[in-house]
Amino acid sequence: MEPLSWLEILTRAAQQLLPVWIALALTFGLSIRFKRRLGLYGKLFDSRVGMIGFAIVMFWLFTAIFADWIVTHDALSQVSRMRNVVPGTPLPDPRDAYPYYLLGGDSLARDVFSRMVMGAREVLRIAPFAAMISFMIGISLGLPAGYFGGKMDTTLSFGANLVLAFPVILLFFLLVAPEIQQTPIPRAMAGFLFLVPILFATVLLNSRFFTQPAKRNLYVGVVLVVGAWAYAGLVFNADPVGLWSMSPNLLNVFVAVVFVNAPTVFRIVRGITLDIKSRDYVAAAQTRGEGPWYIMLWEILPNARGPLIVDFCLRIGYTTILLGTLGFFGLGVSPESPDWGSTINAGRRLLTVYPHPALVPALSLMSLVLGLNLLADGLREESLKD
Amino acid sequence: MLLFLFRRIGLMLVTAFCLTLIVFTLTNLPAKLETLAKTQAGSRMTDEEVERWIVNNGYGTPMLQRYGEWLGVLPGWTREEADGTIRGRCVDRHEDPQRAGTRCGILQGDWGFSTRFREEVATVVGARLGATGLLMMWVLIVMIPMALIVGVLAGVREGSRMDRSLSTFAIASTATPEYVSGVVLIALLASSTIGLSPLLVGWGWIEGPVLFQGNARSALDDITLSNFTLPVLTVALYGMGYIARITRASMTEVMTQQYIRTARLKGVSFPAIVMRHALRNALIAPFTVIMLQIPWLLNGVVITEVLFSYPGFGWTLYEAAVNNDIELLLASSVVAVVVVLVTQLISDIGYVYLNPRIRIS
Repeated sequence: MEPLSWLEILTRAAQQLLPVWIALALTFGLSIRFKRRLGLYGKLFDSRVGMIGFAIVMFWLFTAIFADWIVTHDALSQVSRMRNVVPGTPLPDPRDAYPYYLLGGDSLARDVFSRMVMGAREVLRIAPFAAMISFMIGISLGLPAGYFGGKMDTTLSFGANLVLAFPVILLFFLLVAPEIQQTPIPRAMAGFLFLVPILFATVLLNSRFFTQPAKRNLYVGVVLVVGAWAYAGLVFNADPVGLWSMSPNLLNVFVAVVFVNAPTVFRIVRGITLDIKSRDYVAAAQTRGEGPWYIMLWEILPNARGPLIVDFCLRIGYTTILLGTLGFFGLGVSPESPDWGSTINAGRRLLTVYPHPALVPALSLMSLVLGLNLLADGLREESLKD
Repeated sequence: MLLFLFRRIGLMLVTAFCLTLIVFTLTNLPAKLETLAKTQAGSRMTDEEVERWIVNNGYGTPMLQRYGEWLGVLPGWTREEADGTIRGRCVDRHEDPQRAGTRCGILQGDWGFSTRFREEVATVVGARLGATGLLMMWVLIVMIPMALIVGVLAGVREGSRMDRSLSTFAIASTATPEYVSGVVLIALLASSTIGLSPLLVGWGWIEGPVLFQGNARSALDDITLSNFTLPVLTVALYGMGYIARITRASMTEVMTQQYIRTARLKGVSFPAIVMRHALRNALIAPFTVIMLQIPWLLNGVVITEVLFSYPGFGWTLYEAAVNNDIELLLASSVVAVVVVLVTQLISDIGYVYLNPRIRIS
């Protein structure tokens, strides 16, 4: 068979991505139709930059979700005589398999296109989740530090600055290593890091509903049960049902990324809290006799949401970059893993001769981060308009 | 002011102490020491041999005691071998065991011995820092003017087409980490089979096979445009976008001020307003950001130096981390802390000088 031309490659790739296009069209159609009723999310569709960013992010999100239908080959399987082949090369003996390597083959004769698609799944499985946990920790520690001030603020700020004074890469090399996984350090850190979201949700609901014990007991009870279930699965790998689980490798990566991100979030939240706590509505809540946690979580936090949402988008992008860095140095991922960072690392050795195995994941990573940054920019612009 | 300086230096010492303690703990875990033993004395050692190596080389004592030895507050370990020679932390590196003092740690000015490079840590770090300093100097020379120009041009007329395109460019540059831009730049400019180089060779515009080299090792002896452009560009591109965005924000804010309007109404020409009135006030914020950006660039420097195999500080840090070179890692983290806190200090002091409304109290 003849190798494909660039136009044919693009057409075939677009064809493979069909579920993504359908999902994107549905999302955009519905969102634009109902954008007046959707609050800040709906306003996003008034800004062109925000819409472009959102489209790119959703493209990768849907690619990750529908990855099993999109891939043309198994991301790990090797086909003989397909080593380093250029994009659009036909398979020598296709039989039932897809007859082409759309974006070429890598140095181990695996399909670059399929690895790119599976890589999106690897990245999007960790990055948003890690950013979320970092945010919960940053908020849970930053609010009291800014609100109460004093000794606690000094201690927490010193701790945050201590972590920030570390070069990130040194921290990664120290925290993400096979030797560290044998020690209880990652588990202990995970034990602390995953405890914070549960405490956060409990305090959040308790401070709001403690005057209505029946409602409070129900909500807090549900949070505690679900939290304990997830906690057992994630930290001790002991979930009876098996829904929540994390391999030691993944847990280690996760803990390291959260550990690097949380101090920055802490500083942002602390700064905003210092600013907001002198507002009139906080003073009003204080005279009303509300407890400190109610004021922090139900008066200050909702009013800090604008900058926090924007930073959340940026933080997912930064987490993606950090995950890529980890992969680039071969830390914490199995060598076969299709994640973008390690694929770039694997491809860079033959970069000047066969650029496509490294370029494809590199451009994918860049486009995802760019999409998140544009999305954040659009959100910032729209939230400033109020 | 003096009190402020003293407080900051005190803080720096405390931070460095905590950080080195953490690094020391994490590099001295039993499993890590085992790895070190295997890389130093052969990978096929039995468990017993590993244990003997650890004890023989002074890693067997309690961790805090070894940290004290490294600091120089506790005397270094010594032991008499079966054949009568004396070995020890301080003795090993001196010709004459009598002349070596009992304590040899950083308080005595001794940074230890690098197991990876088999050299004094101070020599290794000094030489590598020099190389990275050169890289950083060129990065700053390229990055700062570029960022300021982009930021000022975008901020002069908010919302114009120029602003839109330059802002998008700035966002794109912050979204491109070094390992992506480096790979793209190498593929585009340093490959003899694809990208620009074969085209240029075909047209007879360049002599060699490639426009720029994808390997910067030769830059150690002689920095040329060909071997240093790509690493410098790679680091500068990522750092540039953020400074440009801050400059833009600060410029747009200044351009809405009353005194700018007054100057316009008085009939001062637009370029004169920008150069004389706006720029000076708009550059206060970027100055602080540039200083704070320097330690952040250090990460990029590690990636870039590894990618282009340029043996600078970042590359050394990488090698030390991969080989668990304890004393080199400790020295590197001290250097990193000093860089972070000194740049913070400079940015604080510079901010006061540039903006007389603020006082350090």
